Amino acid sequence: MSEGNGNGKKKVAMFWAASCGGCDISLLEIGARVLELIKIADVVFWPCAADFKYEDVRNYPDGYIDYCFYNGAVRNSEQEEVARLLRQKSKTLIAYGECAVDGGIPSLANLATKAEIFDRSYHSSPSTVNPQHTEPQEITPSPYGDLEIPRMYERVLRLSDIVPVDYLLPGCPPQADRVWEAILALATAAVPERNDMVKVGCTDKSVCDECPREKKLIKIKEFKRPHMVRPEPEWCLLEQGLICMGPATRSGCGALCVKADMPCRGCYGSSGTTEDQGTAMIGTIGSLLDATTEEEAHRLIDEIVDPLGTLYRFTMASSYLKGAK
Amino acid sequence: MASVQTHTTAPAATAAKAWEPRIIGFLCYWCSYTGADMAGTARMKYPANVDIIKFMCSGRMDPELIMQAYAKGADAVMVLGCHIGDCHYMVGNHKTMARMPLIRRVLGDLGIEPERFRHEWVSAAEGAKFAELVAEVTEQVRKLGPLNWPQKMHDSGVGHGMDLKPWGEV
Repeated sequence: MSEGNGNGKKKVAMFWAASCGGCDISLLEIGARVLELIKIADVVFWPCAADFKYEDVRNYPDGYIDYCFYNGAVRNSEQEEVARLLRQKSKTLIAYGECAVDGGIPSLANLATKAEIFDRSYHSSPSTVNPQHTEPQEITPSPYGDLEIPRMYERVLRLSDIVPVDYLLPGCPPQADRVWEAILALATAAVPERNDMVKVGCTDKSVCDECPREKKLIKIKEFKRPHMVRPEPEWCLLEQGLICMGPATRSGCGALCVKADMPCRGCYGSSGTTEDQGTAMIGTIGSLLDATTEEEAHRLIDEIVDPLGTLYRFTMASSYLKGAK
Repeated sequence: MASVQTHTTAPAATAAKAWEPRIIGFLCYWCSYTGADMAGTARMKYPANVDIIKFMCSGRMDPELIMQAYAKGADAVMVLGCHIGDCHYMVGNHKTMARMPLIRRVLGDLGIEPERFRHEWVSAAEGAKFAELVAEVTEQVRKLGPLNWPQKMHDSGVGHGMDLKPWGEV
């Protein structure tokens, strides 16, 4: 770790909040280029990879960190506190990965209340034995003083729900080449020094734009799930009845999944033309159904398993309704 | 991007007044809006709880706007279009029709009661049907009570940050 700004290197931080850890790994996925990265930047906080404490960050002067990558959604009071701390200590704060940008998969928890989640986790799930009905408490008295753990919030929030964010780097996880491009763009000031939620490491177009498959303008006759069929190559997966989120999803990944016969799961979030990925897909699917009556449409739609979890798999916290009632 | 303008009042201020159901009606220009117009010119009486937004075609109505309406404080949403076979653009309302089952399923999974979303065909001659529909939906929503999504979001901290409770200096 460098002291002060003497060596002219940029100072970089990475934090892991409510996410799976894939984002931390995806930053290492840039491979040998990480050696170039440490030529131009010093890591000053990265709990996953190096031994830094929150206390170290508190002791930095305000704006000490040049680029802070915050991955993961905000789920509890610790993550919010660190988000505010890192915002204060960072010149540029980047929401890294889909959880920080749109809530990601953790935000599907917004379909249940905190009480329901606690009940399932600590009492009613078949593998749980908890005769004393123990639940985590924020404060637990002990002979050595009160022990505190972070408070879990009612909802999963995006980073931008808590603090102002300069850049959004979507993807689950962001693809290594896009990450490297974004880092270079930031380092060479190819993007404005400070900006309000500009998406980097992606384009404004949809995954369909990068997809090599061909549309035959054939309507959907039945819905299938990926494990049920071996899709025909070179033909649009959506037209084959697989729910491919491509039309409603931002590109940047290079259509990796569709090239491997897997329908797009929508991990780069909503495309440039919409804010609500799920409803964009409702419109698309509706236009593609082979149905002349509402009953026929109903029969087709009933074949879809878990529409909410499919259409909003990564963006529940960014959708208009943010979660269930 | 198109956007729905509804209540801009702070949630606390709306709670103080007596609550009235607020319904957003997306009406197609050629049939349903003309039907609503007919209800007006024929001086039919119906509750003043519906805010009508005119669209060229119900098929043009992006499902996004339905979500936006609830998110901004609507208690119910109505989508009205031409009868099948009467669409000015031939097949616009076929698209509306095909989208309805998935919209209903998603709204149901989100915990929004089915009575809060109504899709019907109303022709230019059916002013009376329009008036009856508005009365019916208003009554159903009145029984259900307010949806009040903005207040719910406010209470759960979305978009406002949380009260920061330090969990201990390390």
